[in-house]
Amino acid sequence: MRMKLRLSCALSALLAGTASAADLNVGLEVPSLDVAEYHRPYVAVWVEREDNSVAANLAVWYQQKAGKDAASGKQEQGSKWLADLRQWWRRAGRTATLPIDGVSGATRPAGVHKLSFNDKQPQLAGLKPGKYSLVVEAAREVGGRELLRIPFQWPPAVPVHADAKGEVELGTVSLDLAP
Amino acid sequence: MKKTLSLLAAVLAVSAAGTAQAHKSWLLPSATVLTQDQWITVDAAVSNDLFYFNHVPVRLDNLVITAPDGSAAMAENPFTGKFRSSFDLHLDKNGTYKIAVVNAGLFASYDLNGEKKRWRGKPEDLAKEIPADAKNVEITQSNGRIETFATAGAPNDTALKISGKGLEMTPVTHPNDLFAGEAAKFRFTLEGKPAADLKIEIVPGGSRWRNAQNEINLTTDKNGEISVTWPAAGMYWLETSVQDKNATIPKATARRASYVATFEVLAQ
Repeated sequence: MRMKLRLSCALSALLAGTASAADLNVGLEVPSLDVAEYHRPYVAVWVEREDNSVAANLAVWYQQKAGKDAASGKQEQGSKWLADLRQWWRRAGRTATLPIDGVSGATRPAGVHKLSFNDKQPQLAGLKPGKYSLVVEAAREVGGRELLRIPFQWPPAVPVHADAKGEVELGTVSLDLAP
Repeated sequence: MKKTLSLLAAVLAVSAAGTAQAHKSWLLPSATVLTQDQWITVDAAVSNDLFYFNHVPVRLDNLVITAPDGSAAMAENPFTGKFRSSFDLHLDKNGTYKIAVVNAGLFASYDLNGEKKRWRGKPEDLAKEIPADAKNVEITQSNGRIETFATAGAPNDTALKISGKGLEMTPVTHPNDLFAGEAAKFRFTLEGKPAADLKIEIVPGGSRWRNAQNEINLTTDKNGEISVTWPAAGMYWLETSVQDKNATIPKATARRASYVATFEVLAQ
């Protein structure tokens, strides 16, 4: 997997000369967990300014439909538990109108998920040059919660690769930037 | 009437307990930071340990809930048991709810025909309850507030406006935006004016499982403000009180006011 990432990085570098757009690619590993009761995690991915304010929401994965609560059998909106992504909720979620167009999505299974953005897309179009962090937060029902940050400079002058390794709720999160 | 009075007496006794060091009055919400259109349940009790039901309930007769738009919200399924009161609250509007038990009343002591008498009640009943030939009449006005806060969606400040009566707290830092390791500022007022040099005590919950109260002692500055940096995530109990001669109700000779609030501090 690491090799594949490197390869895509090299490819971006190769294209850098001709491409005018800046790309931001995220690789996000939802780890496979051997637990008695597993629910897919709620995950939020965003770009944070140095003062912790949100510059761009990239993704938020949560149960989209009203689901049946296993214990009570009652219908419950999946968005009820979004506050468990407590940093995202504080910084972005609580003031957002859900679902967020192009950001809200269904929960995802274990595995590596790729998210690709460029500066022509609405998420990154308004991103001024400066220092930012990519933030990934995951919270799992009857499980734990984890948050990872990867600092970066935008726009990238050269291809950049960085990653962070989660302890439990997140696997490896990678960030690849290409000018 | 007798029942109402005895209830009121119990309520006043509870608020008095809050001002004496012995017991702690509190409201404990099941959650404070929520998504839109959720329910919470709130417990109300007086105890020594935080936050355990082991003494008496806080009665809900004087429960005042302010919705995010400033309107009054209704508690549902209220119940008062041996150790606690409890009620549900539907956060059907977006924003911040202030949940308060507001006790206001008078304590009087006087001599009548050589006997010591005591009375507790409301200002409007004072004239008819205390005989004209009573001697050595001493009247203390009492004002106690027990508060907590919950927010559905984005926080707002409408419900946080103070009434200008008794001891109150105006959050500078929003009470549902508290995080471990961060500083929070609160402003205290007495009868609507900044309460300087006020002693504030903050005690973290979970006191049953430790040897010390671990209290944080603070004093308000000239603007009535304190700043507290939360040492850890959890529920916190804040208490302050004043006792002086500056009564605002006619005939009252002394004043006692107390303020209690419960805050939830989230982990980073």
